[in-house]
Amino acid sequence: MQEESCQTSVDLSRIAAIAGRYKDEPDQLMRILLEIQSCCGNSIPREAATVISSVTGIPEAKIWGYITFYAMFSDKPRGKYIIRMCKSAPCHIVGAQAVAQAISEYLGIAPGETTEDGMFTLEYCECIGMCDTAPAIMINDSVHSGLTPESAVELIKSYQQGGAE
Amino acid sequence: MMQETRIALRFVGKYNPDSIEEFCALGGYEGLRKAVEMGQKNLIQEVSDASLWGYGGAAFPTGRKWSVVAATKGKQKYVVCDADEGEPGTNKDRVIMTGDPHSLLEGMAIAGFAVGADMGYIYLRYEYPQLFPVLEKAIDDARKAGYLGRNLFGSKFCFDVKVVSGGGAYVCGEETALLESIEGKRGEPRYKPPYPSEAGLFGCPTVINNVETLAIVPSIVLNGGNWYASIGIGHHHGTKVFTLSGNLVNRGVYEYPRGITLRQLIEDVGGGCPDGHRLLGVQTGGASGNIISVDMIDFPMDVEDCAAAGATFGTGDIMVFDDTQDVLEIVENLLEFFTHESCGKCTPCREGNTRLLQLIRKIRRGDGTMEDLDTLQDLCQTMKDCSLCGLGQASPTPVISTLKNFRNVYLNKIERGGKE
Ligand SMILES: Cc1cc2nc3c(=O)[nH]c(=O)nc-3n(C[C@H](O)[C@H](O)[C@H](O)COP(=O)(O)O)c2cc1C
Ligand code: SF4
Ligand code: FES
Repeated sequence: MQEESCQTSVDLSRIAAIAGRYKDEPDQLMRILLEIQSCCGNSIPREAATVISSVTGIPEAKIWGYITFYAMFSDKPRGKYIIRMCKSAPCHIVGAQAVAQAISEYLGIAPGETTEDGMFTLEYCECIGMCDTAPAIMINDSVHSGLTPESAVELIKSYQQGGAE
Repeated sequence: MMQETRIALRFVGKYNPDSIEEFCALGGYEGLRKAVEMGQKNLIQEVSDASLWGYGGAAFPTGRKWSVVAATKGKQKYVVCDADEGEPGTNKDRVIMTGDPHSLLEGMAIAGFAVGADMGYIYLRYEYPQLFPVLEKAIDDARKAGYLGRNLFGSKFCFDVKVVSGGGAYVCGEETALLESIEGKRGEPRYKPPYPSEAGLFGCPTVINNVETLAIVPSIVLNGGNWYASIGIGHHHGTKVFTLSGNLVNRGVYEYPRGITLRQLIEDVGGGCPDGHRLLGVQTGGASGNIISVDMIDFPMDVEDCAAAGATFGTGDIMVFDDTQDVLEIVENLLEFFTHESCGKCTPCREGNTRLLQLIRKIRRGDGTMEDLDTLQDLCQTMKDCSLCGLGQASPTPVISTLKNFRNVYLNKIERGGKE
């Protein structure tokens, strides 16, 4: 699996550097963790909690409790692109299931899985605030709405070709 | 289509959010200037006169909330903007922040002046990452132009704003969970009292308001509270931004005077159901709002009228579904949402939503009994009465309302094992 390398000592020092920048600012824990996650292959390695704890003084168990509370964090390695498919009611009633199924079939993975090449992780998510143009998905930080099964597959293809970011 | 009355959306689409100069040319930050000139007391009076009720879902009078925080002693006070907008079916705050971030900042600074706070936070949901830089740029521009920072308009008043990100938890929209989250903790709601107005962020007196509520404030200051109160239709006060979603021709975000009827919103504004389908029902107010049937939609959209009609005003969502939809499938979907988003702190909500979901699935499979309907009803009541926060208290609403308004659908499933 790609990005395993985030657990090397080099990356641990990078984690320490990020945590150090926000030291003594409790309102910045989310930002620290989001930055760490984005530079560690879209996941937070277990060791990160130890490092952040030693830099910030926040107990390790509190940090781990925090990470596991919020849906956007993962302790398992994920792909380069996280595809989050909205399944909330306003999307559901205008065809979100068909869109999700088309993406899932095209990539050959179920929600919760990552493609073998480490490109895509598929997840379900709740409302992403695009209900008035549903169905909608997020691919990393980009939002795409007004999808049909066909246009969703075309969209994924454009990511595969490196054309979209 | 009826003409909109845009107040929360006053400048959306009218200026480039990158340009504070364009905002100021439209009269931006004049409300803040006027607020500082008129003084705390008069300012809070105008907001009270406006009958501005919070638009984050709970409809608490904004003027009253501000006067409590203003009267509470504290060296440090905060203004927190709830921009977590996690309610399925609500897009309005995104539209406001995308198109007019400065009116939000102006509203926050006015709130800060009113209550004596010098620091504001915007808690922005994770799912709006594109808005993070937009807001940070707006804050930076406002600082450089002298609308945020120290000694504003030559007065003693200082105010600054920080944006913090959520982590993808719906419950963090609940005001005390939100405060916990900003403080670097798990987003679990607090026991109340103490209320945030007394002991909020980092234990300090705190005003928490929704994006829409705050974005309206500058217009109220400029034009007067009575002006805003007089806008509603008939005896209704003010405007509301509605999000129309589901099986509608014209889905979207629209602002209308309060008192517009639900039928007008669905038929005139929303254009009815597409592809010649018939309207079956509508959920108003958000995922935890009441689900009502097509014959119930002739009432004015306002807090009390919605309650009287068995609907919900909430955040102004209107999720419409047509006759191709299965009501119980929608209820199951909503319960999946609440089961997933329950923070687990209290038992009625954590266990209750899971049990409701199991029962609805059982009934949908055709294995339900009449006894199950009684169990559903009992469990819903327990959750309403005993849950710690609004999530658990309101999550049974779709079940309770469909048991009443779509009872035949349940009975049909039970009597015929679901076979039509
Ligand atoms: C589960 C739950 C989620 C909520 N989500 C939001 C939200 O996303 N945005 C919001 O403004 N208020 C939300 N609220 C309401 C807030 O707790 C609070 O009442 C509101 O932000 C106060 O602002 P207002 O007076 O301007 O409406 C939520 C409440 C509950 C119980
Ligand atoms: S009602 Fe639900 S969300 Fe609220 S505190 Fe209890 S478990 Fe958490
Ligand atoms: S329900 Fe999917 S974006 Fe809101």
